[in-house]
Amino acid sequence: MKKSHIIGIVVIALAIGIIMSSAGDASTYVSFGEAIERAEEGNNTKVHVVGRLKKDAQGHIVGMNYDPLIDPNYFSFTLVDTNRVEQQVVYFNPKPQDFERSEQVVITGNMQNNVFVADKILLKCPSKYVEKEIQQNTASL
Amino acid sequence: MINTLIGDIGHASVIVAFVAAIVSSYAYFMASRSKAEATGDDSWRKLARGAFYVHGAAVLMVVFSLFNIIYEHRYEYYYAWSHSSNHLPVHYMISCFWEGQEGSFLLWIFWHVALGVVLINAGKKNKVWEAPVMAMFSFVQLFLTSMILGIVIGDLKIGSSPFILMRDFMTDAPVFAMDPNFVPQDGTGLNPLLQNYWMVIHPPTLFLGFAATLVPFAFAMAGLWKGKFTEWVKPALPWALFAGVILGIGTMMGAYWAYETLNFGGYWNWDPVENAVYIPWLVLIGAIHTMVAYRRGKQGLKASYILVIASFILILYATFLTRSGILGNASVHSFTDLGLSGQLFAYLAAFALMALALLVYRWKSIPTTEKELSTYNGEFWVFIGAAVLCLAGFQVLVTTSIPVYNSFLGFIGIESNAALPADQIEHYTKFQLWAGVGIAILTGIGQLLWWNKGENTKKTFLDAITIPGMLTLLFASLVIVLSKMGMLSETIDNPVYITLLVAALFAVFANLSIILNLLHRKVALSGGAVSHIGIALMLLGILFSSGYSNIISQNTSGMVYSREFPDDINRDNVLLWRNTPVEMDKYTVSYHGQYQEVKGVPEYVDRELLFPTSDEYKAIARGDIKAGDKVYFQTGDTLELESPENTYYQVQYKEREGDKEFTLYPRAQVNPNMGLLASPDIKHFIDKDLYSHVSSVPDPNEEKDWGDLMEFEVSAGDTIILNDYVAVFNGIERIEKVPGVEMAQGDVAVQADLKIMGERKNYHAHPVLMIKDQMLGRVPEEVADLGLRITFLNIDTENNRFKIGVNATQKDYIILKAMEKPFVNILWIGTIVMSIGFVMAIVRRNKEGGSNKKPATTPKPKRKVQAA
Repeated sequence: MKKSHIIGIVVIALAIGIIMSSAGDASTYVSFGEAIERAEEGNNTKVHVVGRLKKDAQGHIVGMNYDPLIDPNYFSFTLVDTNRVEQQVVYFNPKPQDFERSEQVVITGNMQNNVFVADKILLKCPSKYVEKEIQQNTASL
Repeated sequence: MINTLIGDIGHASVIVAFVAAIVSSYAYFMASRSKAEATGDDSWRKLARGAFYVHGAAVLMVVFSLFNIIYEHRYEYYYAWSHSSNHLPVHYMISCFWEGQEGSFLLWIFWHVALGVVLINAGKKNKVWEAPVMAMFSFVQLFLTSMILGIVIGDLKIGSSPFILMRDFMTDAPVFAMDPNFVPQDGTGLNPLLQNYWMVIHPPTLFLGFAATLVPFAFAMAGLWKGKFTEWVKPALPWALFAGVILGIGTMMGAYWAYETLNFGGYWNWDPVENAVYIPWLVLIGAIHTMVAYRRGKQGLKASYILVIASFILILYATFLTRSGILGNASVHSFTDLGLSGQLFAYLAAFALMALALLVYRWKSIPTTEKELSTYNGEFWVFIGAAVLCLAGFQVLVTTSIPVYNSFLGFIGIESNAALPADQIEHYTKFQLWAGVGIAILTGIGQLLWWNKGENTKKTFLDAITIPGMLTLLFASLVIVLSKMGMLSETIDNPVYITLLVAALFAVFANLSIILNLLHRKVALSGGAVSHIGIALMLLGILFSSGYSNIISQNTSGMVYSREFPDDINRDNVLLWRNTPVEMDKYTVSYHGQYQEVKGVPEYVDRELLFPTSDEYKAIARGDIKAGDKVYFQTGDTLELESPENTYYQVQYKEREGDKEFTLYPRAQVNPNMGLLASPDIKHFIDKDLYSHVSSVPDPNEEKDWGDLMEFEVSAGDTIILNDYVAVFNGIERIEKVPGVEMAQGDVAVQADLKIMGERKNYHAHPVLMIKDQMLGRVPEEVADLGLRITFLNIDTENNRFKIGVNATQKDYIILKAMEKPFVNILWIGTIVMSIGFVMAIVRRNKEGGSNKKPATTPKPKRKVQAA
């Protein structure tokens, strides 16, 4: 067997290994229900959950708690996932400043002690280029 | 008044450029036919060349038009309105140019034109390559110009024009229904994160790198097409090196920008946008290695074809990823979707299929040698190195493409909910770190074998490796021992990190021994060794700065919100009250207030000295503005603010043991569109960087919550207690000018003078009471340091008593995160060393490419760059 063949086989084997490990590391988008199920099974892999902030009838956000004067590294809020399941989420970091304006929130983390501990928050904010804004900008003219 | 002329010129030029690209690619295609070459008929070539120059001129015209729109603040155009604003300095106007997708396409097109002109003129001596290579160039230009064409045929929209008018873009906006000639007064501005000098040079560098990858690709395709299967490598190699270095530098500039401007705490975030450049770069470096090996040993031609083609296709794939909107949730900073995904996919697919088909069709004709490479042969290890580079790129590619799999499966009707790994750093590091180890070792072994004189055997190899190997072990043990003794700020005991440390040191010493050897022969040949040292240094820099990054702002106050979680959760942010020092690592850190940038003053200016006016870009000095001992402005002067939206928070670091101290000004702005944008301030030491940024500040748009008014009746000389602070009332005086108020005849103003003893210093408060137009007016004074607002309420002239009112509020604070990045300088130094090595290699390969000597007769030892 030629050396180049051996190298070829090794490279292909490594490539397959890479694909397998990526598949293993890839996370999934799940609902809170599934995240809780996973936690009960003892599976503490981290998942992505997409949801919206819980709001009352007036559109005010409810269940949000951040008091930097007591603990700057503790932020908790209530997220409603796509199946309308509510869940308290805790984030051990300061509150992202534009949090209230977000339309959609994607969190990464897992369930611990009945709360969802997020270690990443990705906010989808209304686009910068919404047409309404030109009116505001030009109202003074 | 709406100026439609400039936009029409621009748009017409785009169309001319598009048509000229079609003509040029067709004519170059005709000129490349064997028949045209055999007869010496160069009419097609002349036509093609002319068309390409017309194309180039039209592109310059487009660039000029677009820049004119931005420069002249022509807000009737959507591009200027959405990317620029009145207060933007000229150098950032250049950044506006490529902030939008259309402008960045234009930049890319421009570089292709520039490289095309160079190739046309460089190829005059050697006419065989011009026609097929430039046919490929023009064909690419055809696709790229179509992206900014902005033509609608029926339901089909081709490209997105940067010259669209506001009224055509926002057809629903009522303001245009009322007045079609309406022109906004100001634009919405450049994304504040891009207002950084790196953003002026990073995009053009990166796009030059993108453009340069087309050259080796075009040569490879021309070689396949015209049956010149081996000859293309020589002229393509210096261009591949050029693309490699420019792309590498461009990427590192982006990394440095991220380090300086963003606040994720580093230079690399494994964001898909970063990965999209990293992958083709790795493959391109692999391609350079196989080409170099081919030039010496006549082996690896097929691999060179595959890798050169793959690197260009991966650039197109990167473009598709970042511009089509397919990344969706996965990336924070891809471009907004312009609805070009179909066109982008067509571009990618056309070139991928064309290259693949040509390669398969010609595969059997590509010459190969059956000779087996010995293990003691330099080329053998070069190929292994190229394989490692490609595998490293492959890992990043597989993961970064996860959103693409979702879209593809969704397209064929299968629902998929795969997401990127939850911990991306861990996922990528577990492979990239070992790839780095492999590459470092291979650069050493490969180089030593490559340059070994005479027949390579086990013995000669052992001879060559002994000294570098010994030095490596010696030096590595020294570093480890020093760290154990606490001489370095961190203890190195992680076996994986030690492996990387040893491998990288080996690469440095092995390549250093090559350079020393070449000093006797020909230094010009050592470009490869130099850039390998650069890469090894970069690996070391990454190892220390990322592996041993140390957060020093751990919250040690003991106050935690809830104890339901174990202590192993990192509490990385600290609350700093204004003027209240906090101990952090070996420093005492205190926050001293908000500062701003003022034009003409070299230092930041305390906001308390600035009296705001109705124009947010102007302020009136409330006191003398000094920097050092020099007075730059006097009380009452009108000051121009550089960027009123940015606030700089003065944070003072003082060593507890020892008396070194320094001040950092981390920046933040609360942007109406993007929330809190915090940028760090970095203190550079020789052996580490201290990196601090604010993670939260009290919302400046929220009204302060003032406590109840406390009233005091005082006479001159009285002492009162204001919210725990001792204050002395010195009396009142009449003043002629009140900042921000127009004083008329008969108006009177007096100010009280209060001295308040704060923790650190004394403050003078001058609240004003005035009678203006027969009305009583008050201008209270705020002492933000103490959280006090003092109002001069009234004068009792009969008894010479004065009434002072005081409100207290919560003191100002910031939430700070600070970390140390050890030896991050080695990363930047390594980047520079690597670039120098590349340049040496380009110079050498270019000379070789120019001479027509057959290198096969004297296979001069040569060698090139490796990368991680």
